[in-house]
Amino acid sequence: MPAGYRKTLIRQIGQHAHSEIVGQLPEGNWITRAPTLERKAILLAKVQDEAGHGLYLYCAAETLGVSRDELTEKLLDGRMKYSSIFNYPTLNWADMGAVGWLVDGAAILNQVPLQRTSFGPYARAMVRVCKEESFHARQGFDVMRKMATGTPAQQKMAQDALNRLWFPALMMFGPSDAESTHSEQSMAWKIKMNSNDELRQKFVDQTVPQIEFLGLELPDAGIKWNEARGSYDYSDPDWSKFFDVIQGNGPCNVDRLAARNKAWKDGAWVRDGLLAHARKKAARKHAAE
Amino acid sequence: MAQDLTADQALFQFLLRMGDNTLILGHRVSEWCGHAPVLEEDIALANTALDLIGQTQMWLGLAAEVQGEEKSADDLAFLRDVWEFRNVLLVEVPNEDFGRTLMRQFLFDAWHSIQLGHLMTSSNARIAAIAAKTSKEVACHLERSADTVVGLGDGTEQSHDYMQAALDYPWPYVGEMFSSDAVDAAMVQAGIAPDPAALRGEYDALITRVLTEATLTLPESSFGHKGGRTGAMHTEHLGHLLTQMQWLQRAYPGASW
Repeated sequence: MPAGYRKTLIRQIGQHAHSEIVGQLPEGNWITRAPTLERKAILLAKVQDEAGHGLYLYCAAETLGVSRDELTEKLLDGRMKYSSIFNYPTLNWADMGAVGWLVDGAAILNQVPLQRTSFGPYARAMVRVCKEESFHARQGFDVMRKMATGTPAQQKMAQDALNRLWFPALMMFGPSDAESTHSEQSMAWKIKMNSNDELRQKFVDQTVPQIEFLGLELPDAGIKWNEARGSYDYSDPDWSKFFDVIQGNGPCNVDRLAARNKAWKDGAWVRDGLLAHARKKAARKHAAE
Repeated sequence: MAQDLTADQALFQFLLRMGDNTLILGHRVSEWCGHAPVLEEDIALANTALDLIGQTQMWLGLAAEVQGEEKSADDLAFLRDVWEFRNVLLVEVPNEDFGRTLMRQFLFDAWHSIQLGHLMTSSNARIAAIAAKTSKEVACHLERSADTVVGLGDGTEQSHDYMQAALDYPWPYVGEMFSSDAVDAAMVQAGIAPDPAALRGEYDALITRVLTEATLTLPESSFGHKGGRTGAMHTEHLGHLLTQMQWLQRAYPGASW
């Protein structure tokens, strides 16, 4: 395996795994405030899925000769990134709809082609991840539908969530192809199959009719059907904001990383204790044989 | 007051006790989401919380039917105040650290699994059916919490100390699970549920076996806080939990979610 190919995959799979782990936080933020028992159960199941995705992905990365602990340390000290979308706050209950619908919806468009990516363990992990993500996207839409057809206050929450998350969701596809750091090489290696702009357009084209169906206002005045292209025109996100967030200046970067660091630090005695017990048990078994 | 309970009122109280236990503990466990010591524990905690919330839907759903006031499980979960809750105090104490959380879980799971074992032969078919379904989940909860208590108790010196402290704190809340009152007497008489006091022997045997393997020492004090099951007394913690859990339903009454 060429060293560059391996390095690129460790970066991409590791970042993907980290995103699933950090991604528990914005939704975890609402589990204790979920408005019904059913919504609480659904949200718990969804966040549990995300943690499971993290687990498969770390396993896929381990096949490249890097341990989960090593990757975790790089996340915690900032040497590795996670998806910037999780550096935005979840401020009202409709965000639980918008995150599933828009964020998981955008993630699916990125991940469906990865089921055919050139590295087998990553591709196979993506098959299961994509199935669960499409379920998440549908449940997100269901929350949005309920909110958009609910009381005036609920409609306001739905619109607020859409307006806040629209451009961050568009940014999930990465900068325009011309400015994307890793795109060209990854496409040559068939790690990546479609360009960022291609997938972003696909996202806009599938989402605008859904916004109209929900009866919400479009979050961007630049959205217009372009007959000639057979696609929607839309405003380019403000990429300076994207780079701000990547550099650590998003609304939640510091808090998200602090939460992960705290969990890791507070949990050290648990990991050490369980490991020590497993060793004692193995030694006792060995002595008995 | 309990002497004057009708059969349905006693049954309603019993079902609230079952459902409030799983609701409040499920909520507490769900607070861990994304903050566990290791990824597998994040998954296990979410799974446990999910089971408990699912069980709540069944217990409180049946409670609402028995109550006969056209309320739903959600109405009972989200629109009652502290004094109307009937959970044991053990489940409302804060998570604190992972050791306390898992010890509380173990002390509850041990009772829960014994209780559900008896409820499977309840004279009430609906209760027997819920017990049959949920006892499978609870068997897994108990296996995991007992294994973790043993692993951490018999781990490092540090983890042992954490777990001893994790046992000392909730211990005074254990006894309440075995206190009997008129509601329980009515349940025993109708063949619906066992007398809580009668479960203590089996419980003590179970926890003693696990805690001994965990190299932990059972506290000597036999003092027990009480009041949660009757609603006469709760901890100060419950009100804060409800503030968070019930916020949307309280702030936007009548909305459908």
